[in-house]
Amino acid sequence: MANVAIAAGGTARPNYGSMSRDRRWALRWSYFFLVLFAIFFLMPPIYMLITSLKTSQEISAAGNPWWIYNPTLDNYIELLTQNHYLTFFRNSAIVSVCVVAITMLISVIAAFALARMKFWGSATLATGVFLTYLIPETLLFIPLFKMFAWFNETFGIQLMNHWWTLIILYPTLTVPFCTWIMIGYFASIPKELDEAALIDGATWTQTLTKIFIPVALPGIIAATIFAFTVSWAQFLYPLAFTTSTTELVLPVGIITTLIKGDVFNWGQIMTGALLGAAPPLIIYAFLMDYYIAGLTAGATKG
Amino acid sequence: MADIAAPSSVAAMGDNRSSLHKLMQRKSTVAFLMALPLILLILGLVAYPAGYAVYLATLNKGMTRFVGFGNFEFLFGRDTFWLVVYQSCLFAITAVIFKAIIGFIVAHFVHNIPSKGQRKWRGMLLVPWVIPPAMSTLAWLWLFDPSYSAINYLLAPLGIDRIPWTGEAGWARFSVILVNVWIGAPFFMIMYLAALKSVPEQLYEAAAIDGATWWQRIWYVTLPMMRNIIAITALFSLIVTFANFDIVRVLTAGGPLNSTHIFGTWAFRVGIEGGDIPLGASVSLFMVPILAVAATFILRDITKRGSEV
Amino acid sequence: MAQVTLRKIVKKYDEVLAVRGIDLDIVDKEFIVLVGPSGCGKSTTLRMIAGLEEISGGDIAIGGHVVNDVPPKDRDIAMVFQNYALYPHMNVYENMSFGLKLKPKAEIDKRVKQAAQILDITELLDRKPKQLSGGQRQRVAMGRAIVRDPKVFLFDEPLSNLDAKLRVQMRTEIKKVHQKVRTTTVYVTHDQVEAMTLADRVVVMNAGLIEQVGTPNDLYHAPTTKFVAGFIGSPAMNFIPCQLEQAAGALRVRLSDKLSFPVPAERTARYTGHAGKANLVLGLRPEHIAETRPHAEANQHDFDMTIDVVEPMGMETLIYFTVGGVEICGRVNPNAGATALQSMKLRADLSNMHLIDDGTGKVL
Repeated sequence: MANVAIAAGGTARPNYGSMSRDRRWALRWSYFFLVLFAIFFLMPPIYMLITSLKTSQEISAAGNPWWIYNPTLDNYIELLTQNHYLTFFRNSAIVSVCVVAITMLISVIAAFALARMKFWGSATLATGVFLTYLIPETLLFIPLFKMFAWFNETFGIQLMNHWWTLIILYPTLTVPFCTWIMIGYFASIPKELDEAALIDGATWTQTLTKIFIPVALPGIIAATIFAFTVSWAQFLYPLAFTTSTTELVLPVGIITTLIKGDVFNWGQIMTGALLGAAPPLIIYAFLMDYYIAGLTAGATKG
Repeated sequence: MADIAAPSSVAAMGDNRSSLHKLMQRKSTVAFLMALPLILLILGLVAYPAGYAVYLATLNKGMTRFVGFGNFEFLFGRDTFWLVVYQSCLFAITAVIFKAIIGFIVAHFVHNIPSKGQRKWRGMLLVPWVIPPAMSTLAWLWLFDPSYSAINYLLAPLGIDRIPWTGEAGWARFSVILVNVWIGAPFFMIMYLAALKSVPEQLYEAAAIDGATWWQRIWYVTLPMMRNIIAITALFSLIVTFANFDIVRVLTAGGPLNSTHIFGTWAFRVGIEGGDIPLGASVSLFMVPILAVAATFILRDITKRGSEV
Repeated sequence: MAQVTLRKIVKKYDEVLAVRGIDLDIVDKEFIVLVGPSGCGKSTTLRMIAGLEEISGGDIAIGGHVVNDVPPKDRDIAMVFQNYALYPHMNVYENMSFGLKLKPKAEIDKRVKQAAQILDITELLDRKPKQLSGGQRQRVAMGRAIVRDPKVFLFDEPLSNLDAKLRVQMRTEIKKVHQKVRTTTVYVTHDQVEAMTLADRVVVMNAGLIEQVGTPNDLYHAPTTKFVAGFIGSPAMNFIPCQLEQAAGALRVRLSDKLSFPVPAERTARYTGHAGKANLVLGLRPEHIAETRPHAEANQHDFDMTIDVVEPMGMETLIYFTVGGVEICGRVNPNAGATALQSMKLRADLSNMHLIDDGTGKVL
């Protein structure tokens, strides 16, 4: 018996060797292609960084654009001491924080009601939430534009050309998706948990705040990140609804104020874009797992 | 003890059982109130504007007169409109196909390497998705600069002459698709990676024992198991790509000669910048059919999965 | 004074009747087990006592007060769930004290420590549920019930997520706890062994109705229906179609052309009226079919049978043979020499027979 096993092992050995050799090659190829793709995917942000560290003379010189001959922080200093850019940054920050707060308030409460406290039409509403998420802003900005004009004519309140108008508009982009993934997270909490809470004497509010929110915290973080990145990155609404320099948010601000006619101040544009991309990138760096969970939740939950 | 107590208590039974029932009813009222902000938001800022767009599309430029299908007839008679239809479809379909293919390949490579390195690579490769598109498109715009293009600089040693990335119609179309693929492929990669992880290892082992080659394993095991995710991701992406605005707006603003306009950017040009709101609304409404078809398929998949559970 | 009374309890889901009119009096300090196959309405009944399900008809009283309309938290009950339902973000101490938050802090602390001591989980108090084993989670779930010092404990299949060995251990644990705290307990399970070992009285339910209520011994030795006779006991009671023949004032049960046994004399009066009826079934537990012994005993009759299958269990050996197309199980001594496909002399103990009317399902 033992002899047979050893003999079999002996004859099989070259095969094992070739298998692991195949595996090693597969691994080498994988790394090779991953490096190629990483270069492709990371080239623009790296080039942003390179350009942001150059003087305008160097940018317009004929040298190697991928090399920094005289690194300088002038672009950063100039941008951060310039009132416009700080205003854009502040507007963006306030808008995003407010939108996140409003979104989470609306969607967590609504998701709890839809996932746990069935009422007439709640199933239809859940589907409706999902459909709303599929309606793009490119379809809505024109009627909203006209609606705001009508609102001004009727009530005398000008919604156009104020950064805070964006706080009203952005939830249409964030709330449906956040509600949708929160329904998924809440639905995955076992029903016995709220029954136990019910017997323990918790009210519905306490069940939500003391049980559901802590237990579904990963989902809430994922939804918060989503709401923040969407609000921070939104481009069409501010472009359509705000025009004065003091009312702009970052993406639009950089494009409309740093590009003066045909003059592109690329050093500053790249610096502004890089700083504008920083908040989402920083959040992503620290909360990558939650970010990715939120990304995949839309299609895999529910 | 129970025998003595029970009859008296039973005698007291049989009165109204309404209050627990009322509690349940109140519960559903409370639930409705909790969902009310969501309902108002959807009705007021999504459903109503969507319907309003249809109404707007039937008015004349000054929005004083009902013109029926006048705007649509006008659009059908314009060459630019057909150019936009062509470019929207070309842009969305080509971009989604390439995003799907690149995403699948990259996901496979990431899945192939030892799992302790996967997190790092995954994190790095998702960066294009995380940067706000308007910002990263600015970087591409600079990379594509007619006089200082850093990509042309890299291509020059290969004997490739200066490419007019955004200056010539064909190249401009290629460029907007390239940037869209660059932004969107990482998303596909993440979705496929999640799907790849959910394929049970035993299936591959069984296939290996059955003597399946590397290619057969992908074709007969991986792809069928991932079919659902592939379809859903592609449909999601189709909607988002079709309705894109940022990339085209920043990179080419529709030019040269309207050759890269898609519905979203042209509607903005016509409706907001051109001041013809009804015409802009009409243009954007042309996105609805394809969105509806994609949404129907997604919804069917989701309700199907819901009933399986 | 924590008796529980159910009067004509009905539960309707849309048009389906899950519970079809149940009457039950549970005495103070009693351990009652509701047992039955899945879908028999036992869990629904428990959840109606808890107040987690609205009742569609009838009345429930706890401690003499009708609680039909009382929300769960005011019924003074505690419940242990099948999946434990521990709050995953709270440690053991917080889990156990969650239902007590209105009490003074010192009181809470005293109660939690006391319950933890009873359940031997004192050293686990600051752990999270994730860090606990299945058995420990089970203890915490019980601890959460104990600290509330309720009128009634409700258990909903609390052991079915545990492996076989732990289940036996926790079963004993639950019994010990009940002996210590003496709280009225309603316990739902589908496992008849659990029901028999734990209960003061067992309630066997089937298809939304109570089949029989009684002590474990009552149910085992004197089932009133075929369902109870077949449900309680493992391996299950043999049911053999038979005829009841009357000849010269004596009764015989005939199982086949060749095989028949005389009915014990003390049963003659009880069965006389049923002679010649169709649809009769003889119920005989496996332990009442054993190997033959040297001495004749009253009401025990030898017969020869070819054995189909032999299953040694260690302390006993199960044998299977066929009579009139029905497979019959017997329990013999491991040393009795039972061999498959060979003939064996067996002995049936008719003093423990049951005669069942298969038409009505009643034990006669």
